[in-house]
Amino acid sequence: MKQSDLKLDGNAIAGVLGEIFAVEMTVAEGTCAGCGNVAPMGAVDVYVNAPGIVVRCSACTQVLMTIVRGRDRTWLDLSGVRRLELRS
Amino acid sequence: MAFISRGFKGRRSSAADSSRLPPGQYLATGFPVLSAGPTPHTPLEKWSFTITGEVDQDRTWTWAEFQALPAEDITADIHCVTKWSKLGTRWTGVPVSALLEGVESAADYVTAFSDGGYTTNLPLEDLVDGKAWVAFRYDGQPLDPEHGGPARLLVPHLYLWKSAKWVRGLRLTLDDRPGFWESNGYNMYGDPWREQRYWGD
Repeated sequence: MKQSDLKLDGNAIAGVLGEIFAVEMTVAEGTCAGCGNVAPMGAVDVYVNAPGIVVRCSACTQVLMTIVRGRDRTWLDLSGVRRLELRS
Repeated sequence: MAFISRGFKGRRSSAADSSRLPPGQYLATGFPVLSAGPTPHTPLEKWSFTITGEVDQDRTWTWAEFQALPAEDITADIHCVTKWSKLGTRWTGVPVSALLEGVESAADYVTAFSDGGYTTNLPLEDLVDGKAWVAFRYDGQPLDPEHGGPARLLVPHLYLWKSAKWVRGLRLTLDDRPGFWESNGYNMYGDPWREQRYWGD
């Protein structure tokens, strides 16, 4: 098997990504990368009166994610979430 | 105490003077409160302000020492990237130049850092020569915590996310390092007159 057969580009996971991010996210459980607290996304602290949406851990207040909506695109930073558990 | 009047270019007409409103902005009534997290309440006896990073040595002021620095009254128009502007706001603050006096540094950039972990990046030249202050009074009163008190950065010629609330110091850097919003789509410079809201603007 050639290396080029093993490594694909991101288009190969278009279907998987579409499935993952189309699920009901408020029941998805997020693990805080800072303190390890596990909580459903519906239970996080959210600040919307800001240049973007800031999502914080309700246990330690560390930023879990930011969502910035630009004119023609959205920037999503998930660096504060160690893991998301999604229910199918 | 010097009085610096900014934003009053030409005739002092009505507050609705559209020539003072950058593109895409509207005039706010009141003073909207924006916040990316819980409001810190640092007691003044635990507050300090520090110049650090690419400097010969760190400088730190306690609240009392900071209050003893020469302050200026400032009148400025402010512009938030969420599209509201407020004209003729009145502040009192210590010019950043006074805090940098005698500091030896090769830095061209600054990261302002705040209680609560907020950061924002600016070119050093945008903080000196009467363009930026560490403000601690608004409209004649001590700066309310919801507006950034006890002290916030005030850089009225850039979008207001650069005027870091609850500021506790400036880190001088050789290169331009994106801060909290600048890492996530917002512009590295943020000139309201050139409508530099997002990356690529």
